Amino acid sequence: MERLRRTMMFVPGNNPGMMADAYIYGPDSIMLDLEDSVTMAEKDTARLLVYNALKTIDYGDTEMVVRINPLNTPYGKKDIEAVVKAGVDVIRMPKTETAEEVIEVEREIEKVEKEIGCLGRTQIMAAIESALGVVNAYAIATASKRMMGIALGAEDYSANLKTQRTPEGSELLLARETIVVAARAAGIDALDTVYSNLNDMETFRNEVEAIKKLGFDGKSIINPRQIEVVNEVFAPKEKDIQKSLTILAAIKEAEKKGSGVIAVNGKMVDRPVVLRAQRTIDLAIASGILTKEDIQ
Amino acid sequence: MELKNAMAGTLESGDILIQIAPSDVDGLHIELDSTVAYQFGEQIYQFGEQIKKVITNTLQELGINKANVKATDKGALDCTIKARVTAAAVRSTGVDVWA
Repeated sequence: MERLRRTMMFVPGNNPGMMADAYIYGPDSIMLDLEDSVTMAEKDTARLLVYNALKTIDYGDTEMVVRINPLNTPYGKKDIEAVVKAGVDVIRMPKTETAEEVIEVEREIEKVEKEIGCLGRTQIMAAIESALGVVNAYAIATASKRMMGIALGAEDYSANLKTQRTPEGSELLLARETIVVAARAAGIDALDTVYSNLNDMETFRNEVEAIKKLGFDGKSIINPRQIEVVNEVFAPKEKDIQKSLTILAAIKEAEKKGSGVIAVNGKMVDRPVVLRAQRTIDLAIASGILTKEDIQ
Repeated sequence: MELKNAMAGTLESGDILIQIAPSDVDGLHIELDSTVAYQFGEQIYQFGEQIKKVITNTLQELGINKANVKATDKGALDCTIKARVTAAAVRSTGVDVWA
């Protein structure tokens, strides 16, 4: 089953209490932040907190991501050394504008991985937060075989466009569509930006529904309260689950007979349809609607 | 190893504040104030000893065997204690743990 990334919860890297509790709420990924949520005076201590938390706390199946500082700051290289040594799953690059930046980060990761003997373990994702980043989205998405996803960072992007964020998000449409298309073309995941007004859950839900329609795999979130809404929106509907189960059962039967293409209810079922059905079932299991036993 | 006064951490829940100062006397002299340990009454000794053990081990691993340490604990996990002690030690010695 491919990994689900419906929710990537941001947790400040200088808050040990939140770092210890974050997985309890069940986000698909946790992103410990060493960048914007940490002041320059505390970069050294946050790095050590994140390093020791990753080494010690059992986060179970939760994907662990760390947002590092850019390599053109005094902190970036040390961040990479610390989190790779701690065994992080994914390094999230902030404010990525070119493929070369990804290659540079990959080079630093490789140096550390070689030193500790785990070459190729760490994945990379890039946050795109500027007009240049959007223009280069596909080049960024394909810059390294380690790339697992690209994400939109809307606050910096809006500022860069000389506009402001609106509830309907029209200022973000081109960036969102470009990121989804680039991610799909590269065969990696697309993650949407955060929504920071925790008192307006209705607009948040509308935004999650809109980005799901655009094709995003999930959303960056800043509070556990947002997890339930995202999971509800991304949970497949009963009708779709039944249809998918029928398709998967039919294709299994066809494979036994050595046939790749079949018809279900008069409609041709080929590979894209099977992949969509599988994803629906994966989501249904992750959402707790189905169990693995149900599909055997 | 030459030390100067340094601190790391906060007094927020789940954290610990570590203050390191030079000492004229050999050994690590740890003064611990733990709100969490007090909540467990009889077990205070056990919790306090565990916190002191983590502090001692972390400093010794960094080659520090002579210092005064004041720790104000707000229910930190061992990994947080280790991170805060390391950060305070790095600030105190000026020797980083990263390449």
